[in-house]
Amino acid sequence: MEAGKASPEYISTLPPQRSLFTRVTSALFRSPIGIAGTAIVGFVLVLALIGPQISPHEAVGHNLRARFKPPGYSDSAGFYALGTDQLGRDILSRIIAGSRVSVLVGIVSVLIAGTIGVTYGLVSGFVGGLVDTVLMRIVDALLSIPFIVLVVAISGVVGAGLGTLILILGCTGWVTYARVIRSEVLKAREMEYVVAAYAIGQSRPLVMLRHVLPNVISSAIVLAAVQVAVTILAESSLSFLGLGVKTPTVTWGLMLADGKAYINSAWWMTFYPGIAITVTVLGVVFLGDWLRDFLDPNIRARA
Amino acid sequence: MREFIVTRFFQLIVTMFIVSLLVFLMIRLRGDPISIMAPPIFNEEQIQALRAAWGFDKPVLEQYAIFLRKAVTGDFGTSFFARRPAMEVVIERLGYSWLLAAVASLIGLTIAVPLGILSALKRNSLLDFVSTALASLGTAMPSFWLGLMLIIIFSVYLRILPSFGALEPQAIIMPSSTLGVGMAARLSRLTRSAMLEVLNQDYVRTAHSKGLQSRQVVLRHALRNALIPVVTVFGLQLGWLLGGSVVVESVFAWPGLGRLMVESINVRDTTVVQAGLFWFSLSFILINYALDAFYMIIDPRIRIG
Repeated sequence: MEAGKASPEYISTLPPQRSLFTRVTSALFRSPIGIAGTAIVGFVLVLALIGPQISPHEAVGHNLRARFKPPGYSDSAGFYALGTDQLGRDILSRIIAGSRVSVLVGIVSVLIAGTIGVTYGLVSGFVGGLVDTVLMRIVDALLSIPFIVLVVAISGVVGAGLGTLILILGCTGWVTYARVIRSEVLKAREMEYVVAAYAIGQSRPLVMLRHVLPNVISSAIVLAAVQVAVTILAESSLSFLGLGVKTPTVTWGLMLADGKAYINSAWWMTFYPGIAITVTVLGVVFLGDWLRDFLDPNIRARA
Repeated sequence: MREFIVTRFFQLIVTMFIVSLLVFLMIRLRGDPISIMAPPIFNEEQIQALRAAWGFDKPVLEQYAIFLRKAVTGDFGTSFFARRPAMEVVIERLGYSWLLAAVASLIGLTIAVPLGILSALKRNSLLDFVSTALASLGTAMPSFWLGLMLIIIFSVYLRILPSFGALEPQAIIMPSSTLGVGMAARLSRLTRSAMLEVLNQDYVRTAHSKGLQSRQVVLRHALRNALIPVVTVFGLQLGWLLGGSVVVESVFAWPGLGRLMVESINVRDTTVVQAGLFWFSLSFILINYALDAFYMIIDPRIRIG
């Protein structure tokens, strides 16, 4: 994809290769972890996209005659595979609806965090010197406050809501990228191809964007997968605490908060949303593991 | 050693200084902190009075100077919910949080280290496979959900453990296990890979070839070296543990700092939130400082500038 934008001299240094798509898919289908991760993540994405069309009930539709019904309950309104909650709403339909928030928060926050973090790390590592020292001290300070604590405090001040939450998670999650990208930049900066780029008279910004950035971006991609998992967990924690997304938006974290309130009588209200989070995060982690193996040239060389 | 301690101490001061700036700026993220603190029924005059009482009418730089000068002496202002110094409110809860973190770490290490060693020694065995699967599961699972599941099993159905508070000694079992399991999941994979790396080293082969029993080689030669990366990552995972404690303490109504943070945010007790953030960050930095010093001692090869 990026190859089209790269300079001719960069492309000419590459050995002839199969297309990116073929390489990715063939590597993917050789790895059980890769297949499992793709299947889970794909499934959740599909749910998020077409959820309302396939869900058995309306996610916010009450049925007060069917409150707290256990899994497998059915009445004139239909079948409730995973039971109902305190307002007689179908747990399964709510889980399907909740996937939308997790996917949205996971993807958008990580895109924001990744963009900020990669830029920050790139500048810090490439410019070096005093700028680097100052920027990295700020990163150290931010990393010394546990992520969830930081996010909890900020959302307490700024207020809650889906959009705000995405922004908060995006604007706090970049720190890890900054660290990782900076150390990759420090390595890449000393490489021969960078020296060569200077030698043929390219300017510093050009070297940074065209030669250093493409060589550190794979670390960012691997990290992004990990961060999607972290972000989904963070969103559910915050919503659970009442500091994230608010009702009537359906999220897995809020479902767990409801479940906790009725934990003595209706275990299914707590059990199933947690399974949904765990499976989704597991899928993302698998995909991330596979991506790391795929993108890490050392491991690829051995294979 | 001395140089290391001094340099790192200086870095620690700088980091805490930046943390103070972050904490100061944080409550001003939405502009005027009074807008968060004032009850909605206040009229303009009352808001002005409140603003003056808290010093928010002064220039921001001056406010920061005052904040910093007081913060250095541990004065974060008065908690307007408890009507006592915010620092006092926070320190009361610290003990509970540290106890929880210590027990959880102990549980985490007790599970992770032996499991990691065994998986490394019996690589690709059933045990290795199962522990990998469990570790992935434990990492993917939201810790507070695990806590809720424990409540359902042990409090609702078996009725053998209290589901909240810290009134009885056994009340710590569920919150610490919840966090400990998450910690174990994060550490066991790492112990395994560290152990595998060490087992391939020359000195391990030498130890074997001079006729030592495998048990001795593993415990005396390999483990000691494999623990170094484990110590480092343990320090980093402490951030996860402290963060996780915010949610887990809320699940179990454990009266620690994490729960205090959530409570204070809900009642908009800004000074306590600031003091709490400060302590979270200080605990994390100090423990990592101590761990750095510790692995300097266990591994003389490491010299951190």
